[in-house]
Amino acid sequence: MSPLARKRLGKAALNGAGIIVFLFAIFPVYWMIGIAFKPNDQIFTTDFIPFPSPPTLDHVERVFTKGIAGHSIWQFLLNSTIVAVSAVLIGAVFALLAATAVARFRFRFRTSFLILLLIVQMVPAEALLIPLFLMARRLGLADQLLGLIVINVGLTLPFSVWMLRTFVAAVPKELEEASWIDGASRFTTFWRVLFPLVAPGLVATSIFAFITTWNEFAYALTLINDQGKYTMPAALGFFIGQRSTDWGAIMAASTLMMIPVLIFFLLVQRRMVSGLVAGAVKG
Amino acid sequence: MAHTSTTVRGGGHPSAPSRRRRAPRGSGLPDWVVPYGLLLPGFLVIAALLLYPLYQLADMSFYDVKLKNIRPVNPVPPEFVGLDNYTKIFDSDLFWPALRNTVVFALVTVILTIALGTLVGLLLHRLGPKMSTFVVIGAMAAWATPPTSQAIIWKWLFDSDAGVVNWALNLLPDWLSNLLFGMSDWSGHPWLNDASTIYLALIVSVVWGSFPFIAVSVLAGLKSIPGELYEAAKMDGSGPVTTFMRITVPMLKPVFSVLIVLSIIWDFKVFTQLYLMAGGTVNREAFNLSLWSYAEAFGGGANVKMGLGAAIAVVLTIILLIITFVHVRQIVKTEDVR
Repeated sequence: MSPLARKRLGKAALNGAGIIVFLFAIFPVYWMIGIAFKPNDQIFTTDFIPFPSPPTLDHVERVFTKGIAGHSIWQFLLNSTIVAVSAVLIGAVFALLAATAVARFRFRFRTSFLILLLIVQMVPAEALLIPLFLMARRLGLADQLLGLIVINVGLTLPFSVWMLRTFVAAVPKELEEASWIDGASRFTTFWRVLFPLVAPGLVATSIFAFITTWNEFAYALTLINDQGKYTMPAALGFFIGQRSTDWGAIMAASTLMMIPVLIFFLLVQRRMVSGLVAGAVKG
Repeated sequence: MAHTSTTVRGGGHPSAPSRRRRAPRGSGLPDWVVPYGLLLPGFLVIAALLLYPLYQLADMSFYDVKLKNIRPVNPVPPEFVGLDNYTKIFDSDLFWPALRNTVVFALVTVILTIALGTLVGLLLHRLGPKMSTFVVIGAMAAWATPPTSQAIIWKWLFDSDAGVVNWALNLLPDWLSNLLFGMSDWSGHPWLNDASTIYLALIVSVVWGSFPFIAVSVLAGLKSIPGELYEAAKMDGSGPVTTFMRITVPMLKPVFSVLIVLSIIWDFKVFTQLYLMAGGTVNREAFNLSLWSYAEAFGGGANVKMGLGAAIAVVLTIILLIITFVHVRQIVKTEDVR
């Protein structure tokens, strides 16, 4: 075989492998979306039906009107949005302040605090289910979205600080010093100089926290009894546990839950990697 | 990968304040107070929502905490039982299976995820830009799937009647299927009844959901290796295998150590997917440590055993802290945490 032909063959093999990886990755998601639009006789069948023919909007309509456990899916989407957005906004303030402290100042306990941040990230969130559940109950926060908000702030904060400090440290110190020389106060400097430069990092960190909170299942399952207060993952968990599972509706709801996450993923795809890995290796 | 942040910061300690620092004007606070003031809110949140609960968890593991001890209206103080909860765990029929499920699942999943992710990362590095973007978009879909959806999708793919897995296995020629699995008719084959096949489905679904992150990270790592190294190796007559083992692997080592630790943390405590695929807490053989802890504390209806659940969670936490200790120490050594 000529070298050129060999090269072409090698290239074709690589592209073939690429297509196989693509199909393996996308097929389950494609299948979920497909089922959301398939009539029931094309869902509950042993035949392989590659796409809905004809597609139906029945399931989508059903999750909005009849809903899950007597509540329209709007309710769960709203609950999830309230919890995730509040937790992210509150968490962002705490994270920005703490990240500024560890990235901009050298002070006693700085090292201890950073090591603490690292260690608490190793503690599995599921291990704290019992004490946090009891604490929420004592404070009257069980069965409240507020309880979930507070807990999610706690669960996401260590990683947010850890990731955000690299963004703060990346802003040249000289900019702030110049601002001080011009007579600006500490607060003005923070707000007018540091904040705009850290904002992209803050957005990336917040999107991370948003995805974590949006997907959070264990605490939503444990803390919330009132079905009207379920978040999307909890509602889906309830839905799938029912005796006769309505797969078309579940897949429709699951697809809806995934849309915001997918959009955010595409937005921060590059930072996902540098954030998780670089944030963890290099400070 | 790491270069994104280090190049910006130029390595070293650029954030260290210079000796003769110019003080901002108009700030009434003494300098040394400022960092503590900034840190305090975040520290209080972590203390209240992570450290104090961690203490409570450890404390509770020495008590017998029943429903009457935690009811909102006049609760009875729980009874101190010393190490009873721990002896109960280690004597329980559920302990070894749960520990085995936890460890074997994490081990297999981490190995498969890292292996598949690395292969895909290497593949992406060699593909043309268009094809590479195409594959990354596909991988992004798997990666972005929330754990709940992930469990739901794979539960359906592994369904005994309408599942695509059984349909695909039925496509195999009978002799091959018999040779590989000892059976040829997969119609109605149940996957989600037995613990062993539940974990098989769980491994497939978790590997599917987490290999993209590894692949994209490895790709970023590969891109950060300077091309001169490969040219030099080529000039010295190094073959592809030697080059890979002597240049690519050592250069990617720091990336891998992080990826492995992150994967271990994620896979060791898998809860959402297991809970949904195993159908809640009904299948006791399918428990791992986190599901077992949950089942004792919340899964038994009125038969609440919070103390026992807490003790199991303590065991899980200690195992994870031991495994990640080396990693934490490594970061503390190499980072500018000081």
